[in-house]
Amino acid sequence: MEVDLTLLLFIFALASFIGFELISKVPPTLHTPLMSGANAISGITIVGALIVAGSLGNPLGKWIGFAAIILATINVVGGFMVTDRMLEMFKKKEDEK
Amino acid sequence: MSAFLPETILNWLPDAIQLFYLVATGFFIRGVKLLNSPGTARKGNQFAAIGMLIGVLVTLFDQDIVEFELIVGGIVVGGLIGLLLAKKVQMTAMPELVAVFNGFGGAASALVAWGELARNPDILSFDTTGLVSIGLSVFIGALTFTGSFIAFGKLSGFISGNAITFPGLNVINIGAMIATLGLIGYFAYDPTNPTLFWVILGISLLIGVTSVIPIGGADMPVVISLLNSYSGIAAAMAGFVLQNNLLIVSGALVGAAGLILTNIMCKAMNRSLVNVIFGSFGAAAGGPGASGDGDKTVRETSAEDLAIQVAYASKVVIVPGYGLAVAQAQHIVKEVATKLESRGVQVKYGIHPVAGRMPGHMNVLLAEADVPYDLLKDMDEINPEFATTDVVLIIGANDVVNPLAKTDPTGPIYGMPILNVDEAKRTIVFKRSLSVGYAGIDNPLFYAEKNQMFFGDAKKSLQALNEALNEV
Repeated sequence: MEVDLTLLLFIFALASFIGFELISKVPPTLHTPLMSGANAISGITIVGALIVAGSLGNPLGKWIGFAAIILATINVVGGFMVTDRMLEMFKKKEDEK
Repeated sequence: MSAFLPETILNWLPDAIQLFYLVATGFFIRGVKLLNSPGTARKGNQFAAIGMLIGVLVTLFDQDIVEFELIVGGIVVGGLIGLLLAKKVQMTAMPELVAVFNGFGGAASALVAWGELARNPDILSFDTTGLVSIGLSVFIGALTFTGSFIAFGKLSGFISGNAITFPGLNVINIGAMIATLGLIGYFAYDPTNPTLFWVILGISLLIGVTSVIPIGGADMPVVISLLNSYSGIAAAMAGFVLQNNLLIVSGALVGAAGLILTNIMCKAMNRSLVNVIFGSFGAAAGGPGASGDGDKTVRETSAEDLAIQVAYASKVVIVPGYGLAVAQAQHIVKEVATKLESRGVQVKYGIHPVAGRMPGHMNVLLAEADVPYDLLKDMDEINPEFATTDVVLIIGANDVVNPLAKTDPTGPIYGMPILNVDEAKRTIVFKRSLSVGYAGIDNPLFYAEKNQMFFGDAKKSLQALNEALNEV
């Protein structure tokens, strides 16, 4: 499947704009969870790691893919869980009573 | 997994995978949107996690994926390590953990590109776009990896938090970056020489080290935000390698998010990104005011005296800094605040954007101590309130309340937005000594008439105050 490079660049640019728009208004209270949450999303590279490790090919490449799966999974699982742990602690005054 | 599917389904499988990727993207965007507000943030994070799950599950149906041993093994090992790290980490160590995760993310993206290259028996089957993408992915991923681990070392104290640098290092770094880009170009032109790939990888790893090591500990919030952005861009580059839309979109989202946060941090310190990266803040410090303050006097206070002052105040603002986090004093602060509130004193928290070691770190620590988030006021909200505040308790913060930022145009922090605590009727500084902060400059606030010093370890001082409040 041959994909047009300009189309990929187009997608990249649009997604960046969405990112800028989405994030510019986050209150400072949430900066740390936002960063660790975004960090977990960057673990999306796991999808690439799955393809590299699971497809046919030179064994060296597959083992490199295996290492990539481990690191990306740490990033994804750890990132989402620790973000959840943080956000769980954020309470409003009313909830407390 | 596609082997289990009937032939009719196989025909539209590639399209179905793309559609599910679109659904996953929707979850990511919605999730990040929900992360914007404290009330919905937890749900937002869960949305993003669902998006990730969809992305991973759908990918397993990709017809190129035929072997699952390595996949299952990798996910189990990585999942367990991630689970353990997420459960065990102390909230004070969040910046270190985020740095480590960033590093792993960057490394994974570099490995994906390298693995894709190594997996293919014929290197000439890659077109120019593919080779450039591989080069960039390895470059950004590798420098994110080593840079994050240097940041981790600085945050955890393994590596000196001081700016380690020598004249000309910046020029070398910039030169090395340009050279790497040139090498990537040549690699795309002639990929047959395997040494070239190793050189690109090696230089990229080195650049991560040499570009973070000259940056001082006080600038780590900026560095972590920037590395976060890089890890996203690295993922997007890996997406170009595999021509995978999901990677490109998600990576771009994270890249943009990291850049925005970097920008916010820079503004909070009144410094440009270029200045943070190449300025070696802290190394050049020790300017005016660092010495020669022999005849200035400070007023000291005691727990008993302070207890009376705060117990009969009508409004108290607490300004926490990293010193409070280091002393693990967030819980005792909350206890003191609760006692004051039960006496009818209004208690608020004024939080500077760069308090702590990463953006928003202080808010997390106070949330851990059950402080409701609506009492945590950011700089713009709390500054107009100081004029009507009776007592400000400044705990482990220094540079962010230093009036020199407004009055000394030659000082290193001039122009940095600060908390205007000097407008309050009384300020109390909890501090071990009169030593200077990260910026390396003296703080005239300590010697102001309205200020009193409460010397000692933040936690012990607060405990003494807490006990003294029982007697009032």
